[in-house]
Amino acid sequence: MDLRYSKSDEEFRVELRGWLEQEVPKHGVSPDQNDWEGRVEYDTSWQRKLFDAGFAGINWPKEFGGREASVSEQLVYYEEYARARAPYVGVNFVGLLHGGPTLMVEGSDEQRAAHIPKIIRGEEVWCQGFSEPTAGSDLAALKTRAERDGDDYVVNGHKIWTSYAQVSQFCELLVRTDPDAKKHGGISWLVMPMDLPGIEIRPLPTLQGDSDFSEVFLEDVRVPIANRVGKENDGWRVTNVTLRFERGTAFASEMYRLQERLAQLKQVAKSITRWDASAWEDKALRREVGHFQAELDSLWSMVKLSVAQSGETGVPGLGASAVKLYYTELTQKVLEVYMRVIGRAALARVTIDDLPNEEVLDKALNSLSLSIAAGSSQIQRNIISERILGFPKDR
Amino acid sequence: MDFRLSEDQEALKQGIRSFCEGRISIDQLRELESKPGAFDRALWGEIAEMGIFGLRLPEDRGGVELNVADAVLVFEELGRAIAPGPLIWTHLAAGLVEGADLGDTVVGGLDMTGPSTELIMLEHLESIDTLLLLKPDGIERIDPKAIDATPVEIPLDPFTPVHHAKSLPAGERIADAETAKEWRLVGTALASAQLLGIAESTLEAATDYAKKREQFGRIIGSFQAIKHILADCFVRQEAARAAAYAAGATLDYPEVGNVERAVSAAKVVAGDAAMKNARASIQVHGGMGYTWEVPAHYFLKRVWVLENVFGTIDEHSDQLAELVGATA
Repeated sequence: MDLRYSKSDEEFRVELRGWLEQEVPKHGVSPDQNDWEGRVEYDTSWQRKLFDAGFAGINWPKEFGGREASVSEQLVYYEEYARARAPYVGVNFVGLLHGGPTLMVEGSDEQRAAHIPKIIRGEEVWCQGFSEPTAGSDLAALKTRAERDGDDYVVNGHKIWTSYAQVSQFCELLVRTDPDAKKHGGISWLVMPMDLPGIEIRPLPTLQGDSDFSEVFLEDVRVPIANRVGKENDGWRVTNVTLRFERGTAFASEMYRLQERLAQLKQVAKSITRWDASAWEDKALRREVGHFQAELDSLWSMVKLSVAQSGETGVPGLGASAVKLYYTELTQKVLEVYMRVIGRAALARVTIDDLPNEEVLDKALNSLSLSIAAGSSQIQRNIISERILGFPKDR
Repeated sequence: MDFRLSEDQEALKQGIRSFCEGRISIDQLRELESKPGAFDRALWGEIAEMGIFGLRLPEDRGGVELNVADAVLVFEELGRAIAPGPLIWTHLAAGLVEGADLGDTVVGGLDMTGPSTELIMLEHLESIDTLLLLKPDGIERIDPKAIDATPVEIPLDPFTPVHHAKSLPAGERIADAETAKEWRLVGTALASAQLLGIAESTLEAATDYAKKREQFGRIIGSFQAIKHILADCFVRQEAARAAAYAAGATLDYPEVGNVERAVSAAKVVAGDAAMKNARASIQVHGGMGYTWEVPAHYFLKRVWVLENVFGTIDEHSDQLAELVGATA
């Protein structure tokens, strides 16, 4: 139960902070959300800079090009990354936080060699082909068929919520390889090149107005059998490995950044006049914000415990579901109060009177996805109650 | 940095848990309920023998020389068992009041650093040998027998008898403002730890019950309406754990953060978790949860006691609001 950073942790902090202070401003502001070419360039060239400086794949083993940082250095990294407002992982998300780690644990030597070096350098963008229109929370109900034909699987189906589909080279694809097996039993995990014939991508605008999501239609797409990760029909187990990475530390820097957002909320409240005093004079608001501060600090302490428990390169534990639930609800609460503070400025999604309403609204709208994506809050509660508390899988 | 418990800490926690299971079970508490003052001096002596009061005293003074973080783990276990008596005060007083560490002197206290000092409610007055007043400018000692106080006929928590006093006699100053400040911080962390323990044991009791109780031909723990209540309890418990442990670890090594902030966060988050989990436990126990027979109510009543020591959730939230935006 020791929260002290070692001397070498602090040296790492100084080194990283110095580098970020120099490089983050140079990298400029992120392009418009609909400028895909610009976004890919912005996100992937930043990843390359991280790699060249030795800061990519912070918790990845050295053999895969990562830094293999200790648990405490990882925490320093998340803190400093958030503090420097360094670029969000963006289009590299699926490769760095899903595909790459899954290949490390489950992939063959060939598969690892083919993808991991490129993912960590920002040379390969991945997307996720898990959900389907009739397989959302009930992911294992997926119907996309893969039938063997010679050295290939012939894939037919319809995927949805595929982030970055239009700019990615590979897709982590879940398919049904045995239609007669029980639903969790007949699934396989494939790496699908996105340039194969038979793939059609249709963007699906979100309520935020961006087109990060797409639907992906697959018609007789021939994916080599060699692209399967793990055994045939063992894909559900592989998928659970993938998803736990997402519930682990994938959002650690975002969590730390909430601290800054709360501090910004306080500053904004001080600058806004309500009747004849600043909005910060409102005792009810202050009490609510103080309560959030307690929860934010606890969240970061939870991350410290969770990171330590998952070990230096291991798979995050089930407790990650608790962290995700807590983070999600807290983010939504903070942003809702933030919207109340900016009042009628919240009617505009472009900046008014130097208020941060554009950013606040983007974040508030985006926060609605947090309790749905990566396993909805209801699914996380099922995971906790069934796998931790030991209740039956009944409905 | 490794926020996990060390092997020694796991063993310490386990030792206290075994002690509580053997000596402070619900059945044993029920026996205590009918005793005057709901207090058992023999049990107090056993608690002292476990080293709970002298936990942080140096070895050459008969202590165990452990840290606040270790004390947090011990008080978490005491909280789980809703162990009765002025545990925090006697622990704080060890080393300052003679005999406190050995259990010979039962020390009670009153925190007067908060905003409401007019209404004087004294806990365990008839069982204590010494009463300490925690004031912003120092700690004062009063002879409990010199206080003109009326016993409250029906206390909220059957294990926390209270007296009501109109005024207090002048006390003897035994420690300075600096010690008072430290006591307030450590006391808050230990109360948070007890609240964490209650958040755990109420979740556990509700979980056990939901696995046994059948309705509509199946256990109620198979219904999502119940499962999700308890999943939320688990999340609150883990947040409270992280916060209470962080408070202890920060008190031991203040350079890792801001002590006031860590301690206030713990009281807020652990208080919230205990309050909501104790309520949820009563709810999940259904009609039986509303009876005296099922012990769920004891836990919520203790939460209300602990909410009103060393600063309430609201007081700590107000204090934290001032610290928003400060570094670390």
